[in-house]
Amino acid sequence: MQRTSDQVSDAKRWGAGALVFAALAVVGGMSNAYVISLLTIVLLFTFMGQSWNLMLGIGGQLSIGHALFIGIGAYAVAILNIKYGVTPWIGLLLGAVIAGFVGAVLAWLSFRFEVRGIYFALLTIAAAEFARIMFGGWDYVGGMQGLFYQAPGGTMDLGMLRGDARFYYFVALALAAIGIAGTELISRSYWGYVWRAMRDDDEAARALGVRTFRHKVLVVSISAATAAIGGGVLGLVQGAIFPDSIMGMAISVDVLIGPVVGGLGTAFGPLVGSMAAIPLHHAMGALGDSLGLPGLNSVAYGAVLILVVWFLPDGIWPAIVRLYGAIQLPARGRISQLRKVEE
Amino acid sequence: MTALLEVKNLTKAFVGLVAVNDVSFSLQAGRITALIGPNGAGKTTCFNLVAGALRPTAGQVLFEGCSLEREPPEAVCRMGIARTFQIVRPMKDMSVLENAMVGAFSWSTNVKEARDKAYESLETVGLAGKANARTDQLTLPDRKMLEMAKALSTRPKLLLLDEVMAGLRPTESAGVVGVLHRLAEDGLTILLVEHVMRIVMEVASTVVVLHHGAKIAEGKPSEVVTDPAVLESYLGAGFHA
Ligand SMILES: Nc1ncnc2c1ncn2[C@@H]1O[C@H](COP(=O)(O)OP(=O)(O)OP(=O)(O)O)[C@@H](O)[C@H]1O
Ligand SMILES: [Mg+2]
Repeated sequence: MQRTSDQVSDAKRWGAGALVFAALAVVGGMSNAYVISLLTIVLLFTFMGQSWNLMLGIGGQLSIGHALFIGIGAYAVAILNIKYGVTPWIGLLLGAVIAGFVGAVLAWLSFRFEVRGIYFALLTIAAAEFARIMFGGWDYVGGMQGLFYQAPGGTMDLGMLRGDARFYYFVALALAAIGIAGTELISRSYWGYVWRAMRDDDEAARALGVRTFRHKVLVVSISAATAAIGGGVLGLVQGAIFPDSIMGMAISVDVLIGPVVGGLGTAFGPLVGSMAAIPLHHAMGALGDSLGLPGLNSVAYGAVLILVVWFLPDGIWPAIVRLYGAIQLPARGRISQLRKVEE
Repeated sequence: MTALLEVKNLTKAFVGLVAVNDVSFSLQAGRITALIGPNGAGKTTCFNLVAGALRPTAGQVLFEGCSLEREPPEAVCRMGIARTFQIVRPMKDMSVLENAMVGAFSWSTNVKEARDKAYESLETVGLAGKANARTDQLTLPDRKMLEMAKALSTRPKLLLLDEVMAGLRPTESAGVVGVLHRLAEDGLTILLVEHVMRIVMEVASTVVVLHHGAKIAEGKPSEVVTDPAVLESYLGAGFHA
């Protein structure tokens, strides 16, 4: 009984997801350049937010230094492509492998020496800041001046991942879809169950045979690797990378806004949250500029964040699901009433 | 008959207090043994030592001949010892069913297999009807049963139960006693901490009594309840039968 009802809601969920992405594809075909480039950033932050969400929302490990992994990905793609003409596909792969390794080492060392929770989060910031300063002083990768991609020639080239704004929109859309579907699949796999168990109660999970140490290292490593893929594409989209922006504190914060606002640990949360937060940030920035109030975007942004966290502590997406459930329940009640009448 | 678990001279000293003091006992396979003693006697500490949650100050724990003192809790579980927590520890953001599934992932990585096992465990403890509930919707006795279902999902050879029947009405605890007898008939070895003597008498074939960390008696339930040292520990010095 229960299992059938699970399957029905499963099919519904995947169907709803497919519908949302079909709609986003249509939007990508119709919208103007400004909307396209804004939504590309939204979708990339959805993907990177999803990677962060996997680590905290499912694995229970907080990172405030995701810029480290995003930066590694961005540099791997840029160095190989700009200096050696290698396709970004290889750069993305290599960046993911390096970031996954760095994440695993960081997690292994810190959990081995009982650096956990907020102290682990502080360590991620320290590592990201260390990398930012190191890349800033490293002439081979352009130092503080960064690295610049050649302007795309206008023709779309999937093999070299080059194209116009609309091309990158669809790349970002594909990534976001993969991120959401991947999170959904992982959270319903063996990994998802044991990760959520160790997130909720580490000691109780261990008593049930969960080898939490290796699973924590694994979740950090996977999160790092996927964040690096997002960072690699972000660098391509922006056309240039600078250590202060791609590895700065600001990007570590930007990455976690989507999932926190949208709903921690959920598959759709990072998309909903990024959709709400990033355009707002831009709109307030534009409004602030026109009014001559340059700080307005940050103030408004902060205010909205506080409101969301205050009124919807689980995030926007769980609130939508609850609302939908509340609308659905009476309807279901009616149907079963009807059945009774028929009988 | 061979012993499944052997505890030898087990000692745990906390700062300023010896919680378990030179305790030895062994558990026969397929039997139900009760570990009793007044509050603070060291029963839960004893469980923590066997389950790998605490390192003993001295002494040995042998399970099927393997020494357990240096093993972490997850390894002890994977060797076949499952425990419940006296203060229940449900995974609060997972459903009842999902909680019961976690244990099954100690021997399977297949989600369907884990779900089937979890249903079976919930069925055993009478929680199958609440499989999709959130854990905070359960009553305390139900949460204790969930602890037991989680442990059963690991397919243990030895089950350590810390006061799982606390708060149950007599008819309900009689049901659980029936379940324990059936599990033991299927070959499971059980060590349980229980305060209600009536239940201990019904369920256990052997009783080990702790007092101030030391073992003061061991034997059949009927013998133990008439032991002067046991009566004294429960009712205070100066009592004589
Ligand atoms: N981690 C600890 N640090 C210090 N003292 C502890 C610790 N754990 C338990 N104790 C002490 O050890 C003694 C034995 O505690 P334990 O929990 O094993 O008793 P118990 O027999 O399970 O009692 P109860 O019937 O109340 O559950 C108590 O005095 C307790 O306060
Ligand atoms: Mg106790």
